[in-house]
Amino acid sequence: MSEPSTLTDESTGEGQRLHPLGLIIGFVSGLPQLIVPILAALFGVRNSESGLGAVSVFAIVLFTSLLFRWIAWLRTHYHIGEDDIRVERGLLSRTARSIPYDRIQDVSIEQKPLARLFGLGEVKFETGGGEGDDAKLSFVSLEEAGRLRETIRARKSGVGAVHAETEDAIDTPPIFAMDTRRLVTLGFYSFSLVIFAVLGGAAQQLDFLLPFDLWDLRHWIGMAEERGVVLETISWNARIAGALFALAALILIGVASGVIRTFLTDYGFRLDRTAKGFRRQRGLLTRTDIVMPVSRVQAAVISTGLVRKWRGWHALQFVSLAQESKQESHHMVAPLARLDEIWPIIAETGITPPGDAAAMQSGRFRWWLNGFAVVLPIVFAAMAAVMILADTSLARASLFLLIPMAMLLIGAFEWRLYRHGEDGSQLYQRRGWWRQKLTILPQLRVQSVEIAQGPLARASGLAALRFGVAGGKLEMIAMPLSTAREIRDRVLAVAAPVDFSEINQRG
Amino acid sequence: MQTVLHPQHGLRIYRHMDEPEPLMPLDPEYVGVMRISNAIFAAFPLIGALVLELSQLTVPGLFIIPAALLAAWLVFVVPGRRYARWGYQLGSDRLRIVRGYLFYSDTVVPLGRIQHIDVDQGPIMRSHDLATLTVHTAGNHNSSVALPGLRHDDAIAMRESIRDYIKAAQG
Repeated sequence: MSEPSTLTDESTGEGQRLHPLGLIIGFVSGLPQLIVPILAALFGVRNSESGLGAVSVFAIVLFTSLLFRWIAWLRTHYHIGEDDIRVERGLLSRTARSIPYDRIQDVSIEQKPLARLFGLGEVKFETGGGEGDDAKLSFVSLEEAGRLRETIRARKSGVGAVHAETEDAIDTPPIFAMDTRRLVTLGFYSFSLVIFAVLGGAAQQLDFLLPFDLWDLRHWIGMAEERGVVLETISWNARIAGALFALAALILIGVASGVIRTFLTDYGFRLDRTAKGFRRQRGLLTRTDIVMPVSRVQAAVISTGLVRKWRGWHALQFVSLAQESKQESHHMVAPLARLDEIWPIIAETGITPPGDAAAMQSGRFRWWLNGFAVVLPIVFAAMAAVMILADTSLARASLFLLIPMAMLLIGAFEWRLYRHGEDGSQLYQRRGWWRQKLTILPQLRVQSVEIAQGPLARASGLAALRFGVAGGKLEMIAMPLSTAREIRDRVLAVAAPVDFSEINQRG
Repeated sequence: MQTVLHPQHGLRIYRHMDEPEPLMPLDPEYVGVMRISNAIFAAFPLIGALVLELSQLTVPGLFIIPAALLAAWLVFVVPGRRYARWGYQLGSDRLRIVRGYLFYSDTVVPLGRIQHIDVDQGPIMRSHDLATLTVHTAGNHNSSVALPGLRHDDAIAMRESIRDYIKAAQG
């Protein structure tokens, strides 16, 4: 994929300007970046007698920033053209970016807290190039954002209608939504102690600000003793109670941070089926609103965990041509749902659950034993090393054997739950025991097929079969080479005759 | 697997016996290209070993002998074996590329899934008039599949026929 072409400014008429209030948002959110120039300027006038110097420095820096933003705003126009959207900007080096409607995968509207306050939104056009630097308009009014999206979607489909039907007035019920109770439940499952890592990191970075050494245990004991506590006299009961209290506090914090994080990202989660595709809104402070065209959905991933599965909860994600963000390659469609809520959503994309025809197969246990065979010599070497070099007894050195034992146990769990299947139109793969994942891939969406064998797999006649998917992959493992070839040939017979351009227009 | 000899130059080629359509071998000069690039790669440990050897830390030959053996293996053994396992086949609607001496891999890309095609030549390849054909797909896994060691003209011809296929398919 090539970048949207950059044109020189010639034939462009006056487009539309961005919303003037966006100037203020940009100015306020840009304030932290001004700290360094302000400090530098203050350093420059540090010898002046009166306090007037400092004040005027502040004023000048802020004014200059505002001036530049204003000029940038004056020189930024966007123009909804016949077959592309054009964004022009820049004072000295003037650029005009043209994004053909055909290339636009996704139009998303994002509202950061400040923007929500003013009723503005940031419109992003994603072209699926994956380069990240696609065009965005920050900021336009929310009505204008909705109108832009409607116009582009209408143009994309070749209708050409300019009448902008805002989608804010949704009267049809959502196909999936989460109430507060379910959000809290999801929060419990998102139990996370990452806050301690963050705090620890911050303490490490900023400990020079503290008047004492945070990591010095003796200091804490000293502080306790100053207040009349004698460590030795604390009874065992009190010690155990203290430990339990600490554990309870840990769990509480873990749950609380899980719940808070969930509320921040998934508050007011709502999924609608619109004419073009799925529309998802979510978020407490930063509210996101994205539209996923149905034809862009490549595969469905249903995931769950051990406890979640027991309670009947699953999550649904779509693998999509346009990626959600750099970190997440899948679009979350339903973070916590029952299977009978999930299948109707999936059905909208034409993907069906695995039936009897899928003939889900287990893998050969030999595959997991191979991993074991690699580790075993290393473990023996480590045992020999500690016995010879560190004079450890055989009994103690045998503790190393716990590693391959644990591997074998986990391997057995994985083997037990692993399944793959193929039914002439879709591919299925289920994997994982702690985090369980079922991937369903329509065979037409296959981009490439690879049969791979490492040295050990070759020795045992087993192979992995990997399918390239736009936005992900599906890997079937632990099957005999001949089976891998049969499945490959069947899939290619379905996929090869249909061209890429055709597939992405379907839906 | 069975060994066959190339009809023209007698280099060894490994093939699966039950292959429905025979795979094309790469250009034999690619063995020489691999030798040169492996020799450059092997030079680094060799120089390191030589330095250690000259500083006379332990018994003579402790470093240089293994390094020399490794280099000899990389330069004289590996290229031939890897060459023997390379094969490709441009079918009516798919491109198949088979490779791998230690790690076997058999990749098929349907021509209808190819987004764009590269033909490139490194300096060593250029001196032998060879080229690498790379096809790109939208998939995240195997998003680009490379086929090195083709005659430059052959690579260009393959690119053209793939392009023609895509053009015809899009209608």
